[in-house]
Amino acid sequence: MARLTARPAARPGRATTPWRALVLTAAALYFLVPLAASVVFTVDVPGQGLNLDAYTRILDTEGFLPSLLLSLGLAAATIAVVLLLMVPATVALRLGAPKLRPVVEIVCSLPLVVPPIAFVAGIGTVLKWGPEHLSRTPLFQTFVAVQNPDFPLVLVLAHAVMALPFVHRALDAGLRAIDVRTLVEAARSCGASLPHALLRAVLPNLRGALLSASFLTFALVLGEFTTAQLLGFRPFAVWIVNISGSQAQMSVAVSVMSLLVTWLLLLFLAGLGGRRTPSSTTDRK
Amino acid sequence: MTTPRTAAASPAAAAPAAPPAPAPAARTGRRTRRSGALAVVPLLLFTAVAFGLPAVAMLDGAFTVEDPVTGAASYGLGNLTASWQGAYLTALVGSVKLSATSAVLAAVLGLLLAQAVVTSPLRALREAVLTASGVLANFGGVPLAFAFVATLGNSGVLTRELSLADTGWSLYSFWGLVLVYLYFLVPLMVLTITPALDGLRTQWREAAQNNGATHRQYWQHVALPVLAPSLLGGLVLLFGSAFAAYATAAAMVGSSVPLVTLQIADAISGNVLIGQENVALALSLDMVLVAGLVMAVYLPLQRRSARWLA
Repeated sequence: MARLTARPAARPGRATTPWRALVLTAAALYFLVPLAASVVFTVDVPGQGLNLDAYTRILDTEGFLPSLLLSLGLAAATIAVVLLLMVPATVALRLGAPKLRPVVEIVCSLPLVVPPIAFVAGIGTVLKWGPEHLSRTPLFQTFVAVQNPDFPLVLVLAHAVMALPFVHRALDAGLRAIDVRTLVEAARSCGASLPHALLRAVLPNLRGALLSASFLTFALVLGEFTTAQLLGFRPFAVWIVNISGSQAQMSVAVSVMSLLVTWLLLLFLAGLGGRRTPSSTTDRK
Repeated sequence: MTTPRTAAASPAAAAPAAPPAPAPAARTGRRTRRSGALAVVPLLLFTAVAFGLPAVAMLDGAFTVEDPVTGAASYGLGNLTASWQGAYLTALVGSVKLSATSAVLAAVLGLLLAQAVVTSPLRALREAVLTASGVLANFGGVPLAFAFVATLGNSGVLTRELSLADTGWSLYSFWGLVLVYLYFLVPLMVLTITPALDGLRTQWREAAQNNGATHRQYWQHVALPVLAPSLLGGLVLLFGSAFAAYATAAAMVGSSVPLVTLQIADAISGNVLIGQENVALALSLDMVLVAGLVMAVYLPLQRRSARWLA
C-alpha cells in the first residue's frame, strides 16, 4: 500500500509547490508590509529626515498616562469580575450541575449575537433612565457611581459581558483536559475539605486556562473602543483616536506599540498553550 | 463530550466522600448538586443585569414611538420601518455589501493560505501561521486602522512611494475598507478551516487518484463537498464578524462609507438629528437579528462539519 501510493502522492505535491510559494509570499507581504510601513511612517518625517520624536514624546503627551492607567485598571477589574463569575460556574458544571450546562453555554454565547455597538446602544438607554425616572430614588446614586469618569464601572460590566465567550471557551478547554471530579475525590479522600480541594487541587491545574482567559480579556479591554467612545469615556483606544487629528505620527507610533504589546502577550500565551501538556504533570508542589 | 464517560465510570464515586465518616452517597450528591447550582447563580444574575437590562432597554426603545405633536409614547413599529428607509436603509445595504464582499474574499484567500500551510512539509511554518492567525484574528480595531492609514492613507508610506494618489487610490472607500477587513478576516478563516482541511484523509485523495481522477476532479467531487459545511460556516462567521465591526471603520473613514454601525453611533451621539435614539435602537435590533441569523446558520453547520470530520 505504502509503496503503491508513494509515487502518485509525491507528484502532485511537487507540482503544487509554486502556487504554495506564491500564496505564502503574498500572505507574508500583505501581513507584514503595513507593520513595516507604520514603523517607517513614525520615524521618517517628510522634509525632516529620520527621527524618533514620535516615540520620545509619547510620555509627555497630554492624556497618555491617565488614559493608559484607566485602561489598565479597567482590564484588571474586568479580569477579576469575569474570573470570579466564570471559574466557580464552570467548575460547578463539571462537579455537580451538568443540567445547567446548556444554560451557561447559551448565556456565554449571547454576547456573540449582540454586536458591541448594539449592546452600547442598549446600555446608553439604560443609563438615561437614571436621570429621567429615578432621580428621587436611592438607585440614582448607583447610576451616578457606575458612570464615575475616574473609574467607570459601567465599562467593567460591559467588557465583562463581552469577554464571556472568550473566557468560557478558554476555561472549558482547560477543564476538558483535567478530570475535575477525580481530582476533587482524590483530594477529599486525603482529608481535604471541599474548598481546600478546589483551591489546592483544581485551580493549580487550571493555571494555563486562567492565564489564557486573563490575557484574552486584557487584550480585549485594552483595544476596546466602541463602548468607551459612545458612552463618553476616554481610555487608551479612544485617546489614540482623539490625538490622531493633531498628531498623526504619534497616534501611529502608539498603535504600533500597542499592537506589538498585545501580540507579544498573545504569542507568549500561544507558546504556553503548546507546552501545556508536559507542564501540567509538573505542577505538583 | 466527557460527561457520558465520567457518568458511567463513577456512579458509586459520584459523591465525594466526606473525610471522617463516608456520608450516604445520595445525600452528598444532592448537596454538591445544590452548591453547584449556587455557584452558577452569580453568573446568571450578572448577565441578567449587565446584559439583560440593556437588551430589554433596546427592545423597549426600538418599539416605542413618540407622537411628534403630543409627545406621548406608545408601542409601535414606527422606528423599525424608519430603520428600513432612506439613509438607514443605505447604511444597512452598505454594511451587508461590505461584509459579504470581504467575507467571500477572505474565505477564498483563507482557504488558499490554509491549504498551503496544511500541505506544507514544514512543521514550523504551520505552527507559525496558526499562531499568528490566532493573534491577528482577534485584534483589529483602532491600531489596525492606523497601521493602514500610515501605509496606504492619503499621506501613507506606500501611497507616497508609489504615487498611488495619481491612480485614484483612496483608502477611505469601500475597497479600502475591504482591504483592511481582510487583515483580520483571512486569519479567522485560516483558523476555522484548518481543522477541516486536516480532516481530509489522504486515503480519499489516493482512492480518487487510483480511480483515475484528476486533481481538479478530486477537489470538485470529493474535497469540496466534504469541506462545504465548514466553508459555509466559516463564511457566515466572517460575515458576522465584518458586519459587527465598528472601531476600524470609525477610526478610518469617519462616515464617508455608509455603514450601519456608523449610523447607529451617529444617532446615539446625536450627531445628525436629535431624537433619533429610538431609530438607533431599532437599527441595533436589526443588527441583532442579522447576527442571530448568522449564528442560527453557523452553529448547525459547525456541528455538521464536526460530525463529518471527526
